Amino acid sequence: MGRLDGKVVFITGVARGQGRSHAIRFAEEGADIIGIDVVEPIAGSTSPPATQADMDETVAAVEALDRRIVATKADVRSLAQVKKAVDDGVAQLGRLDVVIANAGVSTFMGPAESLTEEAFVDMVDINLTGVWRSCAAAIPHIKAGGRGGSIIMTSSAAGLMAYPNVGHYVAAKHGVVGLMRTLALELASDSIRVNSIHPTTVDTPMVNNEATFKLFRPDLENPTADDFVEAAKVMNALPIGWVESVDISNAMVWLASDEARYVTGVTLPVDAGAVIK
Amino acid sequence: MGRLDGKVVLISGVARSQGRSHALRFAEEGADVIGFDLLDEIKGSPSAPATQADMDETVRQVEALDRRIVATKADVRDMAAVKAAVDEGVAQLGRLDVVLGNAGVFTAPSLAEDMEDDIFMDTLDINVAGVWRTAKAAIPHLKKNENGGSIIITSSVAGLMGYPNFAHYVASKHAVVGLMRTLALELAPHHIRVNSVHPGSVNTVMVTNDTIARLFRPDLENPTAADFAEAAKQMNPMGIEMLESYDISNAMVFLASDEARYITGVTLPVDAGTMVQ
Repeated sequence: MGRLDGKVVFITGVARGQGRSHAIRFAEEGADIIGIDVVEPIAGSTSPPATQADMDETVAAVEALDRRIVATKADVRSLAQVKKAVDDGVAQLGRLDVVIANAGVSTFMGPAESLTEEAFVDMVDINLTGVWRSCAAAIPHIKAGGRGGSIIMTSSAAGLMAYPNVGHYVAAKHGVVGLMRTLALELASDSIRVNSIHPTTVDTPMVNNEATFKLFRPDLENPTADDFVEAAKVMNALPIGWVESVDISNAMVWLASDEARYVTGVTLPVDAGAVIK
Repeated sequence: MGRLDGKVVLISGVARSQGRSHALRFAEEGADVIGFDLLDEIKGSPSAPATQADMDETVRQVEALDRRIVATKADVRDMAAVKAAVDEGVAQLGRLDVVLGNAGVFTAPSLAEDMEDDIFMDTLDINVAGVWRTAKAAIPHLKKNENGGSIIITSSVAGLMGYPNFAHYVASKHAVVGLMRTLALELAPHHIRVNSVHPGSVNTVMVTNDTIARLFRPDLENPTAADFAEAAKQMNPMGIEMLESYDISNAMVFLASDEARYITGVTLPVDAGTMVQ
């Protein structure tokens, strides 16, 4: 018996990284999936774009668990695209219970004064407004079910504290917390809970790439993942460099489940102690 | 298969209410239990003390789940008694993995300026130093584990915000957040995680008594449980009367399990949104 039997979850950024992991963990616990991903390059992104092959792999992994998935190419910068994908998904799967607003990017890094306007505005458009669009498209369906629900936003340790050279990212991830708290109040009377998760660095394509390694190891010409982990440990209290996607997924499962039926408005770090260090 | 198979959990205040609920939920997930409780009067407490019959009932229910429990009468104000209870429990059950610093009191409320010295000091001795003594007795055992362990401190929404007439309780519950954060840093190199849980009103004798009802309904001479419930619903946006003990236990199970293996230094409200209201 799964902890999410019969539920349907909407996941943004589902093609790979944390999004794929969430899809698999939720499917393991009995949920069906509605997923979207931009599946296309983002200007200035520090990681290579997700591909249709990535998306297909997520679909295959969910179906191998005998769960259903409706996966659509859609961009969180377009409310019309997100809305259509959610509406189609609900039409096919019959209901919506959980939203995981996971899609996000990491782009050009540098002191705030040197960021381009395009970089800043695009970041907010994806990492903050994209979360709002995902919720706006989903909320009517959750309300229509009349069973309550759970919305979980992927913020970051950078949503609770600052890191130099990523002012646009830090601003967007802090903004998510304000949106989360507002939605928690607005939706409480419908028994829809809203929370945010704040990961430290996670071993995904967003972090596991040369640009990020170089940011952390300016002392090395060609830093490796091991060199990165060594430097990243300094940020965490626990003696680890990064967490795995499944660690974030496990927190999502708990927050989505009835075990957390009265947990709302909460910022939950999954950060190896980065925030308190 | 339980989520805590083979683990041993130490629970202070195990005779009834949240402590008993934690013992049963952890036993359901496969853990054995070391528990202790004061089983004696506390000056100024508005609720009757836990009894040996309460303790016996906890033991009976854990054993009915086919788990072992070593239950001892001990006072968190007495370092030697706590240490003896923990050492004896570990001697019998072979190990220690999880600590729930749950024992606490809420005594004679009043404005801070009117509070008696011993009422204030007793609260700190039990609710703060008592948690420290429990952790101190347990840590040497936790450090023997290759995979570390998990310490979870029961704070309160009163550990994150103020309430009039609760100065002693609010101060004590804020203080354990400082203790939690310090322990999280000190124990991180040993993979021992330390977190606090912050419940709203929970349906236990600490809350369901005349003193609390009068505090919440100063407008009525003899408020009933229903009068209290009406006021309590206004304190959280979900509009619930009270949490149940197992809502807190479910958060404890999550934080104790490997699903939360990189969560440390976190203040986790389980409060139906009280904090964001």
